[in-house]
Parts: sequence; C-alpha cells; structure tokens
Amino acid sequence: MTAATNFTNDLLSRRSFLRVSATAAGGLIVSLYLDLPLAAQEGGQAKPKAYPPDAFVHIKPDGKIVIQVNRLEFGQGVHTSLPMILADEMDADWAQVLAELAPAADVYKDPVFGIQMVGGSGSIAHSFQQYRELGAKTRAMLVAAAAEQWKVTTNQCRTEASVVHGPGGRSAKYADLADEAAHMPVPETVPLKNAADFRLVGKKIRRLDSRPKCNGSLKFGLDLDLPGMKVVLVAHPPTFGASPRSVDDKAARSIPGVADIFEIPTVSKGTAVAVVADKFWTAKQARDRLRIDWDLSRVERADNSQLREKYKELAGTPGNVAVARGDEKALAGIAASNRIVAEYEFPYLAHSPMEPLNTTVRYDGDRAEVWAGSQFQTVDQMAIAEILGLKPDQITFHTEMAGGGFGRRATPDSHVQREAAAIAKRFTGTPVKLVWTREDDVQGGYYRPMHVHRVEIGMGADGMPSAWRHVIVGQSIVAGTPFASFIIKNGVDATAVEGTADTHYDIPNFHVSAHHPTVNVPVLWWRSVGHTHNAFVMETLIDELATRAKMDPIAYRRKLLKPDAKKLHGTLDLMEEQSAAWRTKLPAGHAVGFSCHESFGTGVACAVDVSIENKRPKIHRVTVAVALGLAVNPLTIESQFQAGVAFGVSQLMAKGAITLKDGYVEQSNFDAYTPPYIIDAPAAVDVHIVPSTEKPSGCGEPPVPVISPAVVNALSRLTGKRYRTLPLVTV
Amino acid sequence: METYKLTVNGQPKEVAVDPGTPLLWVLREELKMTGTKYGCGIAACGACTVHVAGIATRSCVVPVSLVGDRPVVTIEGIGQDPVGRAVQDAWVSEDVVQCGYCQSGQIMGAVALLKSTPKPTDTNIEESMGGNICRCGTYVRIRQAIKSASQQLKSGGAS
Ligand code: FES
Ligand code: FES
Repeated sequence: MTAATNFTNDLLSRRSFLRVSATAAGGLIVSLYLDLPLAAQEGGQAKPKAYPPDAFVHIKPDGKIVIQVNRLEFGQGVHTSLPMILADEMDADWAQVLAELAPAADVYKDPVFGIQMVGGSGSIAHSFQQYRELGAKTRAMLVAAAAEQWKVTTNQCRTEASVVHGPGGRSAKYADLADEAAHMPVPETVPLKNAADFRLVGKKIRRLDSRPKCNGSLKFGLDLDLPGMKVVLVAHPPTFGASPRSVDDKAARSIPGVADIFEIPTVSKGTAVAVVADKFWTAKQARDRLRIDWDLSRVERADNSQLREKYKELAGTPGNVAVARGDEKALAGIAASNRIVAEYEFPYLAHSPMEPLNTTVRYDGDRAEVWAGSQFQTVDQMAIAEILGLKPDQITFHTEMAGGGFGRRATPDSHVQREAAAIAKRFTGTPVKLVWTREDDVQGGYYRPMHVHRVEIGMGADGMPSAWRHVIVGQSIVAGTPFASFIIKNGVDATAVEGTADTHYDIPNFHVSAHHPTVNVPVLWWRSVGHTHNAFVMETLIDELATRAKMDPIAYRRKLLKPDAKKLHGTLDLMEEQSAAWRTKLPAGHAVGFSCHESFGTGVACAVDVSIENKRPKIHRVTVAVALGLAVNPLTIESQFQAGVAFGVSQLMAKGAITLKDGYVEQSNFDAYTPPYIIDAPAAVDVHIVPSTEKPSGCGEPPVPVISPAVVNALSRLTGKRYRTLPLVTV
Repeated sequence: METYKLTVNGQPKEVAVDPGTPLLWVLREELKMTGTKYGCGIAACGACTVHVAGIATRSCVVPVSLVGDRPVVTIEGIGQDPVGRAVQDAWVSEDVVQCGYCQSGQIMGAVALLKSTPKPTDTNIEESMGGNICRCGTYVRIRQAIKSASQQLKSGGAS
C-alpha cells in the first residue's frame, strides 16, 4: 500500500512513555506504555489497558536479551533487523539476543500507520527511530545503575557487549545490573549514536531465524497443534458471493473423524460450507465428498473476455483526474509520426504465499485466543472480536511466523479470520484451525487487479516526450474498506496510479486519469501494488522512446529525470558503473535491458542480461543498484533484492495469470498458475547500495517493479517487438 | 483403517490410518513431525520433499500404503547425515532463507542432489531443484549454498 496509508493515528494523540520494572524472576523489563486518549482521561471512565510487561526488551538473569518485534516476520527480515537496531543503541551482546514476534497490542502499532501491521515497505522506515530510542534508554538506565553502585558519573562509564565498564577497570554485566536499573528514572531524552559508532547497524548480519527454518523445528501457523484441536476446511462458492441451493453431506459425514458440517456466511455476502474434522486429511476427504448444488443466479459472473472489452472501451475515454499538468491539448499539436499510442493489458495475479492461509481460534465464551500469521493484527483482532461479540482486548492474538504473504495476509475485510471465528464460535473451548488449501487460495480471490492502460505520447524535436496522456482502468483495491478515505482522492485510488502519477520523469504536458469499474472479484495489494503495472508501462515506454530517439537508454533516462530525483540518479550511475564489465561483452544472442523506478521511497535501477531459450526469456544476470538511505542490514537488503526480482518475474510467467470464465476461476493450483521456478529466475543477481546516512526506506517491495520491464526491454532489443500484454505467453 | 509400520529417521513408527493417506499427512498429523510442509498437494512445489529409500520424494502424493519398508528421512532427521548437516550449515552461512516455508523441501532436494552428484554444475542444480518453488525467490542463494556445501564436503568437512 502507499505511504499515504495513514490510518487514524490515535498513537499521536496519546502520550507514550517508557516504564521499567524488575521481573519476579529477576531481570529488567522495558515497556513502552501508552497513555489513555485525552477524552478517556477527562471522562475518568476507561481503565488503563494491561500490556505484556516485557513489551520491548527483557534482560534475563542469564544474560539473554529478548527483544519484541512489533510486526509480522514473513521472510522480509524484520525479526533480525529491528532487534539489531535496538541492540546497537543498547550495546547489547548480539550473540545473546533473541527475537520474538509480539502479540496484538496498542504498544506494537506502527508509529506512522497507527495500526499494527506490515505494509508499504514501512517496517524499518517507521520503526527505526522507535527501536533506537528504546535501545538507548535501556542502556542509559543500565549505565545509571552501574554509576550509582560505583559512585562515579555516567560519563565515566562506557558500554560494550552487554557490559558496563567504569573507571579503575570496574565492569558489570547488564544481567547483574538489571534489578538495580529497574529502579532508575527513565530518561526523557537520550542522545543517539553517531552513524560511525554503530556496531551492528550497517553490517551484514545473518538472520536470527535461519537454523530453525533449516531443521524443521520452526513452527508456522499451519504447524500449530493444540490439545483437542479441530481442523476445518471450507467449501467456498465457485463464484464470489454465491450460495448453495442444496448440500448433500451424507457421504462426507460418514467419514470417521468428521465432527460437523454446516453453512457459514462469507464476507462476499454468499454462503460457504464448513467441514470440521479431527485432522486436515479427514476434512479434505470429507470436503471432496460434499455434493453442493450452487446457485449462481444472483451473482455477477465475471469473465475475462468481457472485462477486457469493457476495460479497453473505458481506456478510450478520460477517467477521474489523477494528474493534470500543462496543456491538455498539447498532443493534438504533434504530428502523428511523432506520436505513440500504446495499450497495455495486465491480468489478475494471486499472491500464493508458500504457506497456505490459516488461522486458529479458540472461543472461551468471555475471551478468545487466536494464532495467525497476520500482516494486519489490529484489523484482524477487531474483526474476530466483532464476530464473537467480544471486545478486541478480550482477544489474545498471537502473531505466528508466516510462510510468505506479499500482501495476502493484509486483508482489510479479514475474511479468513472472520470465517475462523464464525466456526470457532460453535465449538466453545475447542481450538479450531481453519486451513485454506492451495486450491482455495488460487481460486479464492483477493488478487492484484486486472488492468488496462492506454497511453498516448507526443515527442518533441529533441526526442523527449512533450505530451503524455495516460488512462488507467482497473478495480480500486481500497474502495469499500476503511482505507478508502485516505487513499481515494477525486475518485482516483492512489494505489492504482502510483508509479505513473508520481513519476520522476519531467514531462511538461502530463495527464493521468483512472476508471475503477466494479467487478465481482475481490482484489488486494500484491507486493509493490500499483507499481507492478505502472512501472512496467512507464519503463517500457521510456525505453521505446529512447530507441526512437536513437539515444542510449541510460542517458535518455538521466536526461528525462528531474534533477531532484536524487535516488534514481544515484542508482542509474551506480548500476551503469557496476554492470559495465558484463554489458560491454555480451555473448551473441544476448541483450541487455534496463529499467529504473522509485517506490516506497526507495530508488532502484537494474540492468539484465537476457537471451531467448525455448521461446522463453532466460535471465542470465541482473545488476541492481539501490538507494534507500542508511542501509540497516546490507545482507537483508541484498537478499530482498536478489529474491524480490525473482518474485517480480511472476508477472512474465507463461502461466502467470488468473483468468475467469463465466464466473469461474480457471486455475486452481501451481500446475496452471505457475510462479517462477529456479529455471525461470535470474541465475545471478548482484546488488549494490548507494552509500547514505539518510533516514532509511524499505526494501520489501521496491525490488519487484523493476525486473519485468527490464527483461522485456532486453527482449525488444532481441526481437524488435514490443510487449504490452502480460503474462508473456509468447516471446 | 490399516496399521502401517514405518521407519522414520531411523526410528520405528506405527500408525493406524486410511491406506490412501499421503505420507505427508502421516508425518504431520500422526507423527507430529511438522518440518515437512504442505504447499500444493499435487507434486508441483516440492515443499513436502522427504527421502524415501534415499530418493527425493514428494510426500504429498505418496499414499502411506506404498511406502512399505523403505526408510523415510525427513528434515528433522537429515542433520544426522554428514551431507545433510553440511547442507543445513551452508544454508545458514549463506543466509538463504526468507520466510523459510519452502526450505525443508529445498534442503531435502539439495541433499539428494549432492549425494548423487557431489560437484553439481548449474545445469545439475537447475534440473535437480527444478520442481521446488520458492515463492520468496531465494534461488540465487540456494545455488550458492549448494555450491558451498559441495566445497565443504570435498574439503573433508563432513568426515
Ligand atoms: S506439497 Fe507436495 S509438491 Fe507441493
Ligand atoms: S523462503 Fe519463502 S518460499 Fe522459499
């Protein structure tokens, strides 16, 4: 989602303060406590909420330091980099640091978004300062405790690797100072380190969660096994919003281990059939034996070929205005021979995180407990509370490690959690694990929306674009959600036009508009959201323009970019330099393709070495340059970019589309909706970071937009063709 | 319901299940060994890869009734094997994992590859690992880790 997603920021209206205390078992615990909203204080009504006592840091008597991570870990690396930031300011011994995923609670809300969530590549960007201050304040109290003991000033003390060193060779371990430190006043403000003094930040630090992910011991949400637990599969309507006319569950019920079968409402206002069993395999067998006569008569049956016609027609007419800069009539004054008219098509895309969606709920009447790999803890907790008739703080919500997500675990309507809660409500006291099979996921909607773009460009005598008219057609992701009021302006969903409307290319007469048709297919943000299609359109067109102008594609971009697009200029320079060695001696049959794009505050440029093998693009090598301010963990950044460009190749896969026919999704599993395998992904990716000490921005989404236009630009060089329809079925 | 005797990671196990139950769900739900993952259920992603008599096998499509007396090795047991240990270590030192969900299967695939081909080329890697999806896209580091494990084993790290 965009950086503009600024949810009702109740955090800012409260005072937050640190509280420290000793634990019963010894040790120091540091918590960030939130004051009540002003209104509640004045009313004197509401009781303060109870937060986990060790909300952020827990120094244990054995020296272990447990740091809470205020958001989901699902591959992006925050479970390592947030603790690094805190541990650095604290001068903690990194070998003793453990990370834990925090449960849902106000203290763990994203300081900018105001809800507990992962999105918009904001984890480091938003929590960098927060985690630094927590670390620095914790350190200050430990130093104060030592200074008091030794009757010296804090200035005479220094810290390193969980030890305070004082004058005369005195030293004390953090763990031994923890009880004393708990009685020290919490400093209002603390000085933070200079970048030169960082011991962890800026270093390549390996992940904390590798070993358990390599020996099978790490438990994901799907691996949860609680005493007496039931497993539920749901037969969803084949068309969104439909309901059964009749259900024959006789054969299904005859399977031993089936506990119950019943209908539940779906978020899309239809009805589904839940099968509750002792185990997954039992539930699967039973669900396969259900005979359901679905009534599709009352629902719209989306169909790709009809949508395509409709979208193309809409693209020929101006939509709601996103940008209107310069003269709208400028195009008309440019000769047809100096114009390009380009129409692009993009399919629906499923996220297909490797770990199928799941949520476990145990309803206990006046309370409930939830286990979910959620990108949206606050939203999901509220939704479950609503279904169960409880208050959010009556729901203990555990954040489970998740096997990928890419946006799929950030659903504004919490449809998986609502389903799970509705089912659990019928089994008081019994934990109920709802599992979506791969088929449920591929067919279950919440796709990156299908889009059509129509662009008309007029070139000036210098070969640069002087007029640009761009119409974007696609469903709004946020319409009808609580995010709509922040993200939809003037009828334009900012997530649909991001990457075009805010382009850093300097085009004098620039007009962008959007249509958001309503279609009976649920849509959602897919890693890098609108940039997935907008960067493709922009970067392939810029390349085409450079070719027509007979200019070097890097020089052309540099000339067209605004001078203040510092991050993009920096990455273009670095990419050009770092790729020069291989670019200048490409084997026959290979071509280089370029692209550059800024998203979520991060600038990226890439060069790819591509040939055609078996009628498919073969990506031999990618050189990526990145500008994201201070690089907190260069190893994470390198990994995110290496893997993120492979993820971005999803858009080019021959079977990389979700299509609908007469209301039915035509794909159901990886055999027909195919993410990149090793052979499809780049064989080598080298990542180069533009040095900076500025405020960090994110690296989760920015790798994705650049790769597909760069590959296609290389293909165009090899074949002379332009590729404007994805997925790339033929080359 | 039938009773099956299995050897999993060298240990004798007995389960009573429907003969059609895939080995994957026997491991996960009967034996509570959840290191082996469910990703697709149709042999298209490799997340469920285990070794059956030393061969990398998609456990999601192998009914337990077909396993017979062939020994089964899973991600929980592969570290006892020198090649398995070297691969796990290489995975950690190359910082391969992201979400990690596919990595049990990737590691089991890589161990089988290195046992049959101790010095794999890129083409060997692409062929042997060709059916394992990593949705996070960690393929570049998977290649590196396989090569570094191969180096490590060659230099006698796994005697
Ligand atoms: S779960 Fe077996 S191959 Fe995907
Ligand atoms: S590490 Fe996430 S799917 Fe491979």
